[in-house]
Amino acid sequence: MRIAVNIERCTGCGQCIDSCPFTAIVMQEGKAFINEYCQFCRACMSICPEGAIIEIMEEGDIQKADISDYKGVWVFAEQRDGMVASVAYELLGAGRRLADKLKAELSAVLFGSTEDQAKELIRWGADKVYHCKDSIFEKFNDEPYSQLLTNLVKTHKPEIVLAGATPIGRSFIPRVAARVRTGLTADCTALEIDGDSGNLLQIRPAFGGNIMATILCPNHRPQMATVRPRVMKRGEYNADRNGEIIPVSADNITSRTKVLETIKEVSECMVNLQEADVIVAGGRGLGKPDGFKMLEELAEVLNGAVGASRAAVDEGWIPYSHQVGQTGKTVCPKIYIACGISGAVQHLVGMQSSDIIIAINKNPEAPIFNVATYGIVGDVYEVVPLLIKKFKEAKQ
Amino acid sequence: MNIIICIKQVPDTAEVRINPETNTLIREGVPSIINPYDLHAIEAALKIKEKTGARVTVITMGPPQAEDALREAISMGADDVRLISDRAFAGADTWATSYALYKAIEKLGYDIILCGKQAIDGDTAQVGPEVAEFLNIPHIAYIRKIEDVSDKSIKVQRLMDEGYDVVESPLPVLLTVVKELNTPRLPSLKGKMAAKKAVITRMDLNAIGAEAENVGLKGSPTQVKNIFAPQSKADRKMFQGSVEEQVDALVGELRGVKCV
Repeated sequence: MRIAVNIERCTGCGQCIDSCPFTAIVMQEGKAFINEYCQFCRACMSICPEGAIIEIMEEGDIQKADISDYKGVWVFAEQRDGMVASVAYELLGAGRRLADKLKAELSAVLFGSTEDQAKELIRWGADKVYHCKDSIFEKFNDEPYSQLLTNLVKTHKPEIVLAGATPIGRSFIPRVAARVRTGLTADCTALEIDGDSGNLLQIRPAFGGNIMATILCPNHRPQMATVRPRVMKRGEYNADRNGEIIPVSADNITSRTKVLETIKEVSECMVNLQEADVIVAGGRGLGKPDGFKMLEELAEVLNGAVGASRAAVDEGWIPYSHQVGQTGKTVCPKIYIACGISGAVQHLVGMQSSDIIIAINKNPEAPIFNVATYGIVGDVYEVVPLLIKKFKEAKQ
Repeated sequence: MNIIICIKQVPDTAEVRINPETNTLIREGVPSIINPYDLHAIEAALKIKEKTGARVTVITMGPPQAEDALREAISMGADDVRLISDRAFAGADTWATSYALYKAIEKLGYDIILCGKQAIDGDTAQVGPEVAEFLNIPHIAYIRKIEDVSDKSIKVQRLMDEGYDVVESPLPVLLTVVKELNTPRLPSLKGKMAAKKAVITRMDLNAIGAEAENVGLKGSPTQVKNIFAPQSKADRKMFQGSVEEQVDALVGELRGVKCV
């Protein structure tokens, strides 16, 4: 298939050029021309006032692999120092929902770690756990991880494979996708099953979070995705849940890279930010560094942590470790209070899955109000001190 | 020693916005740039070149105008460039892109391959590791420091969630780099002259020796179904009245929430 311009109809108005997300349309001799950057998003087709942009089907367009044998949803459960990472439990929550919709089994895959941790995965919703205890998985090296997961995928043929979009998942999962010749969607923020086809709809931000895209992998299996930590909700924990642990051996698995040393550099507040139930965040609207003292007081009353938009960090009012958003941390607290934050998309992608979002801003048109559960229009220096007072009173 | 750097020409995404009514992108006047992470990969290669006398080749896959990105790479100090360009490559996802790059790189010879950690338009971070898998060489992602490099091996710091790992690998190896690694140099006057005069060698489908069914749209397992503006919540509640009344109303609403 290709998208092409019917040059007899094209008037050279140039509207398609602006509509193209991929810079794929150029003007040649007064007519639009679509080049190799085209990603077939069809944005230009809907914008062309002349209907001059058309889809041309070509022979051999659809390559169908035999996909009917592939069944079940898999979650790759990443471990660090033997402990399963939090994102794995979130993925089990998401995976359970997808598996139930497909009437399929949910399996977890655990490399390294212990039998106890494997059992935890069952209690968080897995029906089966493929567990390899081999010591080669103690430290993270891409090759052994990708070799064994590739082998398991080829043998057991799952329909969907999910992994955390962490430095580990985003590094080795692409090797698996390359080897099994299937699609992989990076850093998804939502997953759904398409009611008609049963395909996995993989929703992710692109262009630095300025647009969202829905990605499909219709003709290859498994459908693979890495999923951003802290956007999926954990499922129900059930201490009595039963499941099967299937031991896997690491025969013929090797690594050319070697981890010589592991150095931890965690700042206290980074941890707090990601685990806090309440986050009080400030932006450029605070106008001065002192504003954060007031936010700290509110955070203290609510047992929360302090966050910031990029604008406030760039101003030097608060360290980068507090930054929430595309280039900072993704957070998902129960309550997110945005004080003087206008709500640039880059900030919104880092906090919009919070349960309750409270926006306080002078400007009633600020985009932050579009994602807010509750909005207060007013000066932060008037609103926040009142909030501190009222919450203190309510506590007593 | 041969070093290959894979770069991508991208729109400056800080400028890209979506029109929520038409679901199309507003990109009037958005300039094309070398993906910022790739500049750090070029810089890293030039540093290794200064130490070891390595030969630095920059490649990119894209339409004819991606030539501009390669000229910029020459102006920074690249010895050679290749433009991997063919209409057959159109519509490639990360699998098909990686496959085409792998075929091209195989023809060129390599000891170290460097990539930016991800491109700022797609943000996938997948092409580097996939190329390494196709070439059957190790890779290390998210490199923040190169501690040591010899003819046979390399020692680097890899950024992790809770700090970093020191990782060693034999050559050949593929590395993807983050911004902390270095500060990319600006083009020199001599470099700019060289860039102006350079003849850009193009490699098409035949030249890289790839099969048509593995590249471009045909070779791509994933498809973009649609694009849309980030959604906004419809059920928001705006309080009315004086600031004090609004704050009272908010505290009232939150009374039922456990953690307050």
